[in-house]
Amino acid sequence: MAASPLWASGCAAVAQQADTHGGAAGDMRGTGDLGVVIQRARGAITVVNTSHRALLGEVAGLGDLSHASVVFSRDGRDAYVFGRDGGLTQVDLLRERIVRRVMQAGNSIGGAISADGTMVAAQNYVPGGVKVFDAKTLDLLADLPATYGNGRRSRVVGLVDLPQRRFAYSLFDAGAICIADCADPANPRVHTLEGIGRQPYDALVTPDGRYYIAGLFGEDGLAMVDLWEPQPVARRILAGYGRGQQPLPVYKMPHLRGWAVAGRHAYLPAIGRHEVLVVDTATWQEVGRIPVAGQPVFVMARPDGRQVWVNFAVPDYDQVQVIDTPSQRVVDTLRPGRAVLHMEFTPRGEAVWISCRDDHLVRIIDTATRQTLATLAVDAPSGIFFTARAQRMGF
Amino acid sequence: MPPVLFPVLRWLSPVRSGFQPQVDEAVRSVGTGAASAVRAVCAIALAAVACAAAAQGASAPFTVPSLQRQSALVRMVRQDCGSCHGMRLTGGLGPALTPQALEGKPLLSMASTIYGGRPGTPMPGWSAMLTLDEAHWVARQLATGFPEEPARTAP
Repeated sequence: MAASPLWASGCAAVAQQADTHGGAAGDMRGTGDLGVVIQRARGAITVVNTSHRALLGEVAGLGDLSHASVVFSRDGRDAYVFGRDGGLTQVDLLRERIVRRVMQAGNSIGGAISADGTMVAAQNYVPGGVKVFDAKTLDLLADLPATYGNGRRSRVVGLVDLPQRRFAYSLFDAGAICIADCADPANPRVHTLEGIGRQPYDALVTPDGRYYIAGLFGEDGLAMVDLWEPQPVARRILAGYGRGQQPLPVYKMPHLRGWAVAGRHAYLPAIGRHEVLVVDTATWQEVGRIPVAGQPVFVMARPDGRQVWVNFAVPDYDQVQVIDTPSQRVVDTLRPGRAVLHMEFTPRGEAVWISCRDDHLVRIIDTATRQTLATLAVDAPSGIFFTARAQRMGF
Repeated sequence: MPPVLFPVLRWLSPVRSGFQPQVDEAVRSVGTGAASAVRAVCAIALAAVACAAAAQGASAPFTVPSLQRQSALVRMVRQDCGSCHGMRLTGGLGPALTPQALEGKPLLSMASTIYGGRPGTPMPGWSAMLTLDEAHWVARQLATGFPEEPARTAP
């Protein structure tokens, strides 16, 4: 009979969990096929399941989610949601509720999680800089103001995680790249590379963590840093890709985060041009450019690298194009819905989820056949983030 | 006077009516190569006249968009301008566009920036998607507190 109190308490715990999931999910669950869809106008996220292609529940009260982004704890249970208003919210995906929430800045643009999962970093416009938090408690561990010139503070873009509790980010106003070593968060060390080019607007790190690439808005070209060098320096790649042509108006900044490295090639959006640039990551020379339907916003490689999917800025944002990487040709042009804002591949890439803001739906497409597998009704969906990001560097 | 100023100044004329397309054509016909220079000249001209108008307590006349078009413009500002300025217009890569942030900025200068962009910054000209009159309407709404999009009824 000594076991009975234990049995009883175990039963109570199960009952409590069953309550939080509406009675149906007393079963233990994993998180590898979960994700979130941002409903930016409502300040809410919808928790989704990618195996069942289902909406599980909504978590509201997350503040201003225009340009929200999400990283995941390495166990895939918690989502860290970065809001425009500086809110950083830890959401339990299984219980579908807020665990912790801090207002950490006046204007924020996203974040990253350290490779060991212990630190979450937020990149901020106001006040310009990076703040590093304990992933468990959201206690502030380190404050890295992006000071330059006469004590001014730059807006921070292109924050990525690097091995060894390091982060890299770029300073839009200062034209610099910073590498922050937070191994000892009480004494963070920031190494700044100056003069990398004008107005870096976003960046990516290659899947091996070796190359950090910042796109430049203020000039044709990108800045690239080989992080494996003992003394990393910034080099210019694809300089002058515009060939002196007058750029088209850029109605929306492209995104580089969420790299499009497929095989030995990187696929990058051209600024002010209806082109995707192809660069050889062995030589960092341009090897091609692919004409596309509009100004690319996201250029994303399917996880196996066989395809690259591209969406576009207004007014061409009802289209999505598929590039076949072996032939480097556009092989399909899809119209999944009005105002396509984001795409996210399932972990192995057999399907892609596409948010169609003005049709208030998420369309799920088979990436091989391009047939629609399901559509889910979501109010003005924007970003889509799956927990598989937890296992990928630079996501 | 550079020829491009002619339609701009005509636009500012208190007796103008119904020649908006001429302004668009004049600005576009200069060609993309000189677009930045044109924009800069326009901005200076508009700002100068705006100061004069403000000093006289006058406001430039313009055509108010239809209610349906206003609704489309509100959505465009919240959603598309919101990419850089934030859906709540509190700023992002682009500056805040709240009445507090815009206090003291001449409407004509704002309209000019919306229509022609701001060279040297990521702000593009939106002349492919709205008219100068509509840009002026948007500027006025921004200055006084931009309308919210109507809440969507449940699907």
